[in-house]
Amino acid sequence: MSVKSMISHSLMVAWKDLMELFRNKLGLIMLVLMPIFMMSMVGFIYPSDTSISKISIALVNEDKGDGSAMLIMALETLNNNTSMMTITDASSFDEVRDMIQRGDVEGGIVIASNFTSSLISGKQGTITIVTDQSNPQMSTLLQIALKEVFEQIGTWLAQQKVQELNSTVNESNSLAIVKPYSVQTEGSIPGHFSYFDFIAPGIMAMTVMMSVMTGLPAAISHEKEVGTLDGMMVAPINRLAIILGKTLAQTARGLLQGTLILILAVALFGVTIHGSILLVFALLLLGVFSFVGFGVVLTSFAKDQETAMMLMMTLIFPMMFLSGVFFPIQQMPWYMQGISKFLPLTYVATALRKVMVLGAGVSVITTELAVLIGFGIIMTIIAVPVFKRAMTK
Amino acid sequence: MMIETKNLTKKFNELAAVDHISFDVKRGEVFGLLGPNGAGKTTTIRMLSTLTRPTEGTATVGNYDVVKDDHEVRKLIGLVSEKIIMYDRLTAKENLWFFGKLYNIPKEILNKRIDELLKLVQLSNWKDSQVGTFSSGMRQRMNVIRALLNMPEVLFLDEPTLGLDPQSSVEVREFVRKINREKKTTIIITTHMMIEADMLCDRIGIIDHGKIVALDTSTNLKKLVSGADETILELEIANLTTNMVASIQSLKCVNSVSQDNATHIKIHANGDETFDAIIDAIRAEKAKITSVKNLEPTLEDVFLHVTGREVRDNADRKIPLREHRHFMPRRRVR
Repeated sequence: MSVKSMISHSLMVAWKDLMELFRNKLGLIMLVLMPIFMMSMVGFIYPSDTSISKISIALVNEDKGDGSAMLIMALETLNNNTSMMTITDASSFDEVRDMIQRGDVEGGIVIASNFTSSLISGKQGTITIVTDQSNPQMSTLLQIALKEVFEQIGTWLAQQKVQELNSTVNESNSLAIVKPYSVQTEGSIPGHFSYFDFIAPGIMAMTVMMSVMTGLPAAISHEKEVGTLDGMMVAPINRLAIILGKTLAQTARGLLQGTLILILAVALFGVTIHGSILLVFALLLLGVFSFVGFGVVLTSFAKDQETAMMLMMTLIFPMMFLSGVFFPIQQMPWYMQGISKFLPLTYVATALRKVMVLGAGVSVITTELAVLIGFGIIMTIIAVPVFKRAMTK
Repeated sequence: MMIETKNLTKKFNELAAVDHISFDVKRGEVFGLLGPNGAGKTTTIRMLSTLTRPTEGTATVGNYDVVKDDHEVRKLIGLVSEKIIMYDRLTAKENLWFFGKLYNIPKEILNKRIDELLKLVQLSNWKDSQVGTFSSGMRQRMNVIRALLNMPEVLFLDEPTLGLDPQSSVEVREFVRKINREKKTTIIITTHMMIEADMLCDRIGIIDHGKIVALDTSTNLKKLVSGADETILELEIANLTTNMVASIQSLKCVNSVSQDNATHIKIHANGDETFDAIIDAIRAEKAKITSVKNLEPTLEDVFLHVTGREVRDNADRKIPLREHRHFMPRRRVR
């Protein structure tokens, strides 16, 4: 069997699969909508730093002195500019708790009754931030935001104190006395980066691979079920041509979705690609290669389409979360990190991120490349005999 | 010999779907495998067409072993499977083009052959329509010509008229005969329909529980039954009662009585004066006979004779899981 006829047979199979795909209008619409949903979902629901506005807060002032009055005035001035909170007055800590329970407010501020007297006697005034533990994400955000607000007010008060004590000190000097250090953050690449820049490469890798991983078993087991696979099996063609052709078709489908994601990320979410686009696509292809064998093995084991899909979904779900697409791997406990080392998607996502975000070239991602090629070769060596065996039971 | 099988066996989890069958098929012959669902017909065809690996025994097609030289075997054969091997979203022409290309048929020849085949089954006007829009008769005709693209020397037909209306069935049968006559193609056909096997096949192998229980020409198989001097009567009795059936059954010459519906019975009997004896017996019960038919033995009778069961009471055993697929409703994409 010549290599030439094997290639031409695979191309025929790929052509046939793609024709079927493009004639399926509903399927085609879903194909385009899926990446759009995916991107908008992760793009809009994840909180960014400016996303807090108009949080309802209960304010309890147990103190009757000037100190608290001044603090509240400063708080209101600041809030008028940013409109971060809507402030409701409350009488006691217990009332705040009730309000949180009823869902009327998302948090509260309690100024202790000895606030002014503490300030006058040269002690620290205590402000308590009450949070809603049933919503940990919100309470963390609220804590950070309110702490910063009070810090700002505190700094501003301290600055004035310093100026009062020593009239020779001007405004910027007084700031330097109160806060001697100014901390700045700068990324290794200039420009503004969001969570999106982190997630876009991962989503791209995931979509392409999911497309192949679900598409291949579905396509083969579907044909097995309706009987059309026999038409190919009974022809004098190499069995590998069938897999190869189907993989080609699924890869084309996956890359189409991947490209859509890339376009959306750039056009709608302001992601900038710092590395070579060619390298991005080469990585996606390599990712598919590293995966395909695995998909083929599963296909060989699955008797029908339903089983194949179930097997795939069971494996894809943990992979999505363990391969660092949504959360950095470094956040995970060590054993989970260990598992993620065995997932090809981890390497594709990491390499893609390096190329797209950091503008890395081939020389930087050699480890990932080597691992992916290794995965691919091992899986292919396992998959080919398994498939051949499974097809003529 | 075009096909030779020796002790061909296929087991699914220790259950023999095909149990040591041996038969030969001559070049240019139409050979029928007749038997109820689950008898092992499809499994036999699948082994001969290299789709299923035999557990035991050997089979050759055109002197090539179906396991060792599977690739050579595939070049010689065409398969009309029980399921329609056509892609619904491709047009008739695209479908044939795709399968033709798998046989490395050069472009010009393939184009010409597709046109010829479509013309042969009167589907030329539909060549650019998607197969999903076809009626089941049209789909089955497509299914048959697909198997002829490579001009096979051996054509396997697995229940080619299953689920077709009588007219389409006749068309398919006539087409099969025509191919055999004109192209001298060797044909193996499986069916559970006696009439079909009777009409088409030079020789018929009756298969039951994975074994070939009788193998001969249709005429000789029928002699098996009538050689035993059998009379078969079909009676239509307007006021049929169980008493009548019982009294017929009690006659010495009667072998079996089967009742199809409220007024219709079929009697198998031996001996010279059976006819009179039976009529007398039911007249004594005051039966109103509306019609009497004295039948030639059919293959149905042959099947009953050699297996002791009627074809329609099916295989009384567990059908292997793989075969269950055949009972699932066919999925239609549009």
